[in-house]
Amino acid sequence: MERIPVLKISDFLIVTIQVALDDESALKLQEDILEEIAKTKAKGLLIDITAVDIVDSFMGRMIRDIARMARLMGPPTIVVGMQPAVAITLVELGLKMTGVSCALNLEKGLLMLKEMVEAKEREERTLEAEETEGYEASA
Amino acid sequence: MRQVLEEVAVRNNTDIVTARNSVRTYAKQMGFGLVDQSRIATAVSELARNIVVYAKSGKVEIAKLNEGPKKGIEVVCEDNGPGIPDIEQAMSEGFTTGGSLGMGMPGTKKLVDEMNVWSEAGKGTRVTIRKFLK
Repeated sequence: MERIPVLKISDFLIVTIQVALDDESALKLQEDILEEIAKTKAKGLLIDITAVDIVDSFMGRMIRDIARMARLMGPPTIVVGMQPAVAITLVELGLKMTGVSCALNLEKGLLMLKEMVEAKEREERTLEAEETEGYEASA
Repeated sequence: MRQVLEEVAVRNNTDIVTARNSVRTYAKQMGFGLVDQSRIATAVSELARNIVVYAKSGKVEIAKLNEGPKKGIEVVCEDNGPGIPDIEQAMSEGFTTGGSLGMGMPGTKKLVDEMNVWSEAGKGTRVTIRKFLK
């Protein structure tokens, strides 16, 4: 079974898939990522699939599910580097990647992720401020 | 003329990867472009997974086709599993008995030029896909 490293760089978790993943390894990766999110309190997740040349319905669903699960825990996810042939195949296959944010490459993905995290933090601060105001008003 | 290039036994998840990588390599050798390589390999990945999920074991046979102007690759995915009770239903999007998304069979059809499904209850399933060089 292949084990894919989940790296933490500043506030982000970065996962680079560089080998052909069998189903079992893909499921293991899903678990590893979610555990790392909880452990490291990462603010964002980036999955780099530049080196992946085959994404079938199982792998596609796996990537989509990781993004959705991570979102439920908090951090937004960006998938970067999908090859043209993979994108064509996925669309023809009929797999919907609804709810998954993508970027062309690692650089653009990191920028996008930073913006998403900042937007989320702004929103959280506004909510906190509103709550505090609410307490003051009722006091 | 049909020339068998390789036969891959499919029994587990790792064999799915072996089968699709093998098909990809042959498709590349035959002169298929990157997108077609991806289409064929993905189709085989879907069918090989069906073997593992529904029949536990089976085989993937990769062959080269050279019939006049029609040159291409043929892949036969065969098992001795329970068979498909209703092929029409299996070919419709969203239908599954295996807890998947139900897009393997209908999706595979869209990725290849020809797809034939033979199945008999209790005997097994044989799916033949073909992709021709344009």
